[in-house]
Amino acid sequence: MRVIVDLEKCCGAGQCCLLAPRVFDQQDDGMVILLDPSPPAELHAAVREAACVCPGAAIAVEG
Amino acid sequence: MSIDSSSSSNEPVLDYPLPLPSALEPPAEWAKLRAGCPIAHVRLPSGDSAVLLTRYQDVRQVLADPRFTRQLGKEGAARISEEPGGVFESQEAASLTEGHERWRRLLAKSFTAKRVSAMQPRIEAMADQLIDEMVQQGAPADLMAALAFPLPVWVICELLGIPSIDRDKLAHWSNAMLNLSQFTRQEMEAAQAEFSAYMSMHIAAKRAAPGEDLLSELVAAVDEGHPLTELELMMIGQGILVAGHETTSNTIAKMMGMLLGDRERWELLVADPSLVRTTVEEALRFDANAGFGLPRFITEELEVAGQTLPPGTTVICSMAAANRDEQAFERADTMDLRRSPNAHLTFGAGPYSCVGQALARTELQTVLNALLRRLPTLALAVPASDLARREGLLIGGLERVPVRW
Repeated sequence: MRVIVDLEKCCGAGQCCLLAPRVFDQQDDGMVILLDPSPPAELHAAVREAACVCPGAAIAVEG
Repeated sequence: MSIDSSSSSNEPVLDYPLPLPSALEPPAEWAKLRAGCPIAHVRLPSGDSAVLLTRYQDVRQVLADPRFTRQLGKEGAARISEEPGGVFESQEAASLTEGHERWRRLLAKSFTAKRVSAMQPRIEAMADQLIDEMVQQGAPADLMAALAFPLPVWVICELLGIPSIDRDKLAHWSNAMLNLSQFTRQEMEAAQAEFSAYMSMHIAAKRAAPGEDLLSELVAAVDEGHPLTELELMMIGQGILVAGHETTSNTIAKMMGMLLGDRERWELLVADPSLVRTTVEEALRFDANAGFGLPRFITEELEVAGQTLPPGTTVICSMAAANRDEQAFERADTMDLRRSPNAHLTFGAGPYSCVGQALARTELQTVLNALLRRLPTLALAVPASDLARREGLLIGGLERVPVRW
């Protein structure tokens, strides 16, 4: 799995950090930080959920 | 196809908001509009015309597109009600829209998932204190008055560094500023004046002796070389109260109404509290009594659902109707406490989605966990069909949630 985040679209809602804190973090201003662009299999479901519910559609998942 | 040619005389103009069959059930029109009339012509309480969007894809598209502006105060935009100065139309709303990037960036710092998670133990302690007091008074109790109404104000006071002895004052002002149905215009204006005077004093106190709270941070913040003005600080304080009190209070009440209204739902949660997170999301999605929705105004020709909307159109996005769209959610009319993922639109979408959503989620999850832990035998003291609807300014709610345990 490859995770891509788009800072232009990120609105700092923080859903991704709550769902997959090992993969996503937030900067001081709320913008997403991608901690792990190729997360292990046990986190795939949480990452897919984060991508799906992101209000800015700022997370893309490949593979 | 233009909107004018599609709005032939055989399509009736609906009065908006649409009436609900009961406090927790959706209007019958939603399904019909989603299926056959994605851009419906409606008449607002002011008598002005607008179009209503009910499909998930359309609502999501419009909310995320800044060309659908929030400038409802502009010439030609539909007025929501006859009363001037509504929450979407005020000068303040317009100025906040202009400065949106700036103050949203400042606010976002206080509402990151990390900051909100750090507040969680305090929120839990407040919920426990309110539940203690409710239990002490004995059953039956009104969960709205005892817990749902005060908790979000207490949290906002904590956030703004307002001392706990002043919490009840804030709660009263917030209620009076928002509830046109329960208070006279005079009472509303008095509450507004008292709140402004209090905030002014409070801001001065934070300037003199900063604490570890949002307001102290904002007082100290220098953004692009300019500190925030007194008026901006006041508007942010009031904005947080307006956006964070009524909405969260009503959502707690409605969530509990939905969960206790069907015993199987509550018992499933008692048996498996790990479902709290997905339950909160589902309660947010399933809320049929969500209120007005979000209005947008366009000043250029734009396309939605394959139709062209002319400049000067006011567009109402019904997130609640979109949240029941079968094209977006399987078994959309079933409340499924395990639903995941759940990309509901209750907090909006795109750059303007709710800045306080992590805090709202944390409050809802904390209050539900606390009630499951403390009062597993909690039950409605009236039939769910007797729950009375409260007309809110931003979102709908319930007048009372009578419970026993």
